[in-house]
Amino acid sequence: MAETRDNVRYLASHEWARLEADGTVTVGISDHAQDALGDVVFVELPEIGRTVQVGEEVAVVESVKAASDIYAPVAGTIIGFNDVLDAAPETVNEAPFDGGWFFKLQPADDKALNELLTPADYRALCAADDH
Amino acid sequence: MLKKTCLNSCHIDAGGKMVDFGGWEMPIHYGSQLDEHHWVRESAGMFDVSHMTVIDILGLEAKPFLRKLLANDVDRLKASGQALYSAMLNHEGGVLDDLIVYRLTEGYRLVVNCATREKDLAWIRACSEAFEVVVATPAQLSILAVQGPEALSILQSVLDPAQARLLSQLAVFESGFVGDWFFARTGYTGEQGAEIILPNAGAEALWQALLAGGVRPIGLGARDTLRLEAGMNLYGNDMDEGVSPLACNMAWTVVHNDRNFIGEAAVQAARAARVQPRLIGVILKERGVPRVHYPVYSGDACVGALTSGAFSPTLQSGIGFARVSATTQPMFVEIRGKRLPLEPVSLPFVRHGKPVYTVIS
Repeated sequence: MAETRDNVRYLASHEWARLEADGTVTVGISDHAQDALGDVVFVELPEIGRTVQVGEEVAVVESVKAASDIYAPVAGTIIGFNDVLDAAPETVNEAPFDGGWFFKLQPADDKALNELLTPADYRALCAADDH
Repeated sequence: MLKKTCLNSCHIDAGGKMVDFGGWEMPIHYGSQLDEHHWVRESAGMFDVSHMTVIDILGLEAKPFLRKLLANDVDRLKASGQALYSAMLNHEGGVLDDLIVYRLTEGYRLVVNCATREKDLAWIRACSEAFEVVVATPAQLSILAVQGPEALSILQSVLDPAQARLLSQLAVFESGFVGDWFFARTGYTGEQGAEIILPNAGAEALWQALLAGGVRPIGLGARDTLRLEAGMNLYGNDMDEGVSPLACNMAWTVVHNDRNFIGEAAVQAARAARVQPRLIGVILKERGVPRVHYPVYSGDACVGALTSGAFSPTLQSGIGFARVSATTQPMFVEIRGKRLPLEPVSLPFVRHGKPVYTVIS
């Protein structure tokens, strides 16, 4: 059974988004997603300063199995990315909710995160996926 | 309902992530495909390949029949136990399957792919009608491949003395029986190792003994990246019924002499054609993962596509096979709309754990 976290919101496409104390949003992929992808070998991350719309493709995760697009969970501006993943993409498999985060953005609307799936919604979705 | 090999519960006990592979429930990995790949290059891994098809060709005319059926010539097998790799062609010169043929004391043993089983058997039986041969499919067999630099020494330590003695006497591409266990120094990884075809009843005990000896189970995911690094073709990806052996790096397996094998006229016609696509190795010079069907460019011209592609755990870069009509640099592969530079190289990429390719200039 894949781990979920209660302090983040989710997309149906298996990204998580966490509202930080400073109002920024950190984005990664869920434990369920990394397990389905298998070993991650490369992550293409967005440039700092890029303005993104909700649902826009902003990153690509390449695993031994497939390439998957990563979508912006909310509109905003990219303010950072996880440069650890360049040399150690396996961090996504090892710590998807912690060291394996992808990028940070400054949301255009700080309430936008409330539109995303709650942990309970997401757990239900993964349970349906597994059957 | 998926078919299961008799090692199915061993895979599940080892944490195997089971998938549908050509109608068989098989392990794609046991946790980490990358770790499994490295383990085979550095130590020893085992693969359950019991889903593959064993076909014995027996009878007075087994040899003339196989000289007709196969593009490689079994006349090259001068002693019992010797093996060779061959294509089996249709009349149009396309590859029906690739296989290994072992010369037995009497007759020959073929090991063909899993997905092509019914097609191959129908073809072999139809072609055999003019010959005095028996086409047998021995049942209740398991096949275990043990591969890696430590594979043979660990095998020696778990086999009984007669089996260990035989294995120690076999050179690469040689085989032999001890009782009803068949041992062959063949494989699909570019490492030392053996493939063992044995009665189902003995398979689980052998698996457990190898596990206890330090051999790790390896899934189909790592099997694919290991064979790709080793420059070995995958049927259905790198060749199929519409592809000439000349266009899939198998020209070296096609032997022309006076015997007249099935598909030979078409292969000769293809040799005479001026533009001949060929299968080469490619290495991606930037970060990314090249995958099957991605288009390949020489300069601005699209010259072909990848037939296989993956991240190479040994080379730590993207690699693939490309079937192309030109190899003039600069070459590129298009990955999701972006053209990234490729280096054309000789195959294999890796042998015995080390890079061995050279750049094609």
